[in-house]
Amino acid sequence: MAEAILFVLMGITALTGAVTVVVARNPVFSAMGLLGTLFSVAVLYVVQLAHFVAAVQIIVYAGAVMTLFLFVIMMVGVDKEESREEELPLQRVWVAALAGLVIVFAGVITVVGEFDWVPGAVTAITEDSTNGTVQAVAEPLLTDWVLAFEATALLLTIAAAGTIALAQFKRQRS
Amino acid sequence: MIVPADWYMALAAALFLIGALGMLLRRNALVMFMCIELMLNAVNLTLISAGRAMNDINGQVAVFFILVVAAAEVVVGLAIIVAIFRRRTSASVDELSELRG
Repeated sequence: MAEAILFVLMGITALTGAVTVVVARNPVFSAMGLLGTLFSVAVLYVVQLAHFVAAVQIIVYAGAVMTLFLFVIMMVGVDKEESREEELPLQRVWVAALAGLVIVFAGVITVVGEFDWVPGAVTAITEDSTNGTVQAVAEPLLTDWVLAFEATALLLTIAAAGTIALAQFKRQRS
Repeated sequence: MIVPADWYMALAAALFLIGALGMLLRRNALVMFMCIELMLNAVNLTLISAGRAMNDINGQVAVFFILVVAAAEVVVGLAIIVAIFRRRTSASVDELSELRG
């Protein structure tokens, strides 16, 4: 029962935050909406026993990434309302048509087609299966996926170096 | 009572759709970036839910990798936005047309 209540509450918060990201005129409000969504999704992770991933989500996303976003918003100075004039007049019509099509298609598939959301799902989920403790996540991470793990280390190094290189660019005198 | 994985999948699909719509509708590069984060989070939620429904810890490992890649992507992307902003003082993607053939 607790899981159902948390799911409804956090689902509403996540959707509200997501809509805020898209609708808000001020980018700071968009960032706040995204923060709400990230926290709600982290709670949903905890509900699903993915404790380690939830902690990483809070620390990396809600902490580091959102700080970076707000820092850049303030630095770029777009913390003011922007005009919503659309320069491609047909764009919104096409997007609305596309969204309607996707929603109708998904609805038809779900209702009519006896759609299986998770093929190959285990029928009986016990409460403690895939309990995402640090040990449980680290064991496959450092045995089966150790090559990918090393590759992410390389990726992070390249990203940091590339960011520094981008920040060092001087205006070219032409 | 355990919430079935279907509900989580539906919620994640809704989040993904909102993120994709924002990507198509907004013109501010920063807001478009946030919409990418929204879509990544929706996919993470599906992976966690599917991993739990299929009783497989590898779903959480995949989410871990996506988190790392997303963090690196945000760092580089924001650096590019700042570098662009330095020379044109606008964050709208409509004004970036130098590469037009």
